[in-house]
Amino acid sequence: MKNLLRYIIARTLLTIPMLFILLTIVFAVIRIMPGDPVSAMLGGHAPEKVIEQKKEELGLNKPLIVQYGNYLWQVAHLDLGTSMIFKQKVTSAITDKLPATIELTIFGMLVTLLVGVPLGAYAADNRRSGKDYLIRLFGIVIYCIPVYWLGLMFQMIFGVWLDWFPVAGRTGARVFVSTFEQTGLYIIDTLLINDWAALWDVLMHLVLPSLTLGLVLSGIFIRLTRANMLDVLKSDYILAAEARGIRHFPVVYKHGLLNAFVPILTMMGLQVSLLMAGAVLTESTFSWPGMGRLLLERIYLRDYPTIQGVIVIFALIVAFMSLIVDIIYALIDPRVRY
Amino acid sequence: MKHSPTAAMGRVIGGFTGMGRKYGAEWWILIMGALIIGGIILMALLAPLIAPYDPHDQEAGPQLQPPGREHLLGTDNLQRDVLSRIIFGARTILWVAILAAIISSVVGITLGMFSGYSGGAFDKTLSLIMDSVYAFPGLILAIAFAAMLEPGIMSITIAVAVIYIPTYFRLVRGQTLTIKEELYVESAQAIGAPNLVILGKYIFPNVIATTAVVFTMNVGDAIMIEAALTYLGLGLPPSIVDWGMDLAMGKKYLPSGQWWLITFPGVMISTLALGFTMLGEGLAEILNPRLLER
Repeated sequence: MKNLLRYIIARTLLTIPMLFILLTIVFAVIRIMPGDPVSAMLGGHAPEKVIEQKKEELGLNKPLIVQYGNYLWQVAHLDLGTSMIFKQKVTSAITDKLPATIELTIFGMLVTLLVGVPLGAYAADNRRSGKDYLIRLFGIVIYCIPVYWLGLMFQMIFGVWLDWFPVAGRTGARVFVSTFEQTGLYIIDTLLINDWAALWDVLMHLVLPSLTLGLVLSGIFIRLTRANMLDVLKSDYILAAEARGIRHFPVVYKHGLLNAFVPILTMMGLQVSLLMAGAVLTESTFSWPGMGRLLLERIYLRDYPTIQGVIVIFALIVAFMSLIVDIIYALIDPRVRY
Repeated sequence: MKHSPTAAMGRVIGGFTGMGRKYGAEWWILIMGALIIGGIILMALLAPLIAPYDPHDQEAGPQLQPPGREHLLGTDNLQRDVLSRIIFGARTILWVAILAAIISSVVGITLGMFSGYSGGAFDKTLSLIMDSVYAFPGLILAIAFAAMLEPGIMSITIAVAVIYIPTYFRLVRGQTLTIKEELYVESAQAIGAPNLVILGKYIFPNVIATTAVVFTMNVGDAIMIEAALTYLGLGLPPSIVDWGMDLAMGKKYLPSGQWWLITFPGVMISTLALGFTMLGEGLAEILNPRLLER
């Protein structure tokens, strides 16, 4: 237990330099790059005086090093500044949109696991057979399909032609979000007030976006599961279990898969960044009002504090998720702690 | 008879199937990938000769015409020929993706070699920076870069190139650490060879082989990132013919059923990315079966 605690503390401390570097990169990209946010926002014809005034208001006339210090100070206090366009705190814009992205990524991940892990295990069990090659081919092809395009195709087939699922947004016109919104996670919100019709509507809106996001990422999980299962299936305890006459199916899919799952879990931590990138693109295709849409909308408006804030949040999520996965890994596998 | 074209052809085909027998499916994956890439590169090079219309021609045909004999892949909302835009669009995406991969490989390999060879605080700091960038979602970093730079071919190339530098850096640094301990490097140091000579003559040739596989996969990935950026309306001005931008434009006509506007650019992006991924997979299996865990 002592070892575990020591590991968790050490791992948490390791996150700090990583976060610091990521925050510095975000600052560098947004502030040091050519182009002046204020004149870009006010248009090229604003008088010099107005520009100067706006710069002072935003603290952009100070030396870069002071701006950098202020920025780190703000982030440390979880204050991401105020939007340049709207009189709105960046943090409140983000807390509005974050639940939508969380809901989408959780369901996307669910699809990925439900498709990727069984297919990968099945391919490993039938190694070098036609089924194995077919599954691996599916994995490679699905990995090469751009997530936004798969989304467009689904919209066209299941939305426009077959008219099975809605193609945009989180809710339909007949559902009033204000009647149930509390946490922003609509599934939980609708369950809290027992509004089954609204829950159904929310779920229907989730189908195509999470299928799109999940399927594209499943290719990687097919490969990972297959590779890990191949190693596990070669091990002695699998042979021993088979020799004792346990049926093939539980040996492979219960004992085998459980043991292959630890490395898969660690890889999940690495996939968080792919999941985030995929979510940004999926949101754009499905008009999903999440973080990705917020980022792009504010890029078009050249609202620099919000752009910076959203990217900072993405950095925090990535650092936090890799920390969590490593801790879970240490909990499951005692060898990691030493 | 030994030098007749048919015999040469026979030898080539014989060689191909021989390789096929030796390496199995991996060899055919490699060939398929190479054929796809070769075909699309050829199409890009011959674009002015094979495209039926000028890709900018706004009077190529009627507006939003479905695929037919006049326009094999239909026309778009500005009366331009979709097929011609597909053919010319290959030039943009190939140029950006390959140039970006070259830039990031040159920067990444150089930094990785120096970092691994010199060690110390420089190596520690650089590794930490590279690891942090590596963990961050590449697309979001590229979006930030593309949003800050003036739209243009060079800007989007830089935005794509930046995110792959850590990939090369980590690979090459790791290998340099191992090679540095080899006897031949030590003896070169003992006879007083300058560090630059050691890096260039003994370390570089040993790291370059594995980076070839990563480079191929990298181009495949860069293709999808380039198309993603332009699909989001970032990185390129509208005057350039590009698959991602055509896809974004076609998206507006999806509800009204103009399927050809979104189908063909997407098929091309996927096929091109697939070509590079297959080539990379095949190369990896044949050059170094342990590089990708099976």
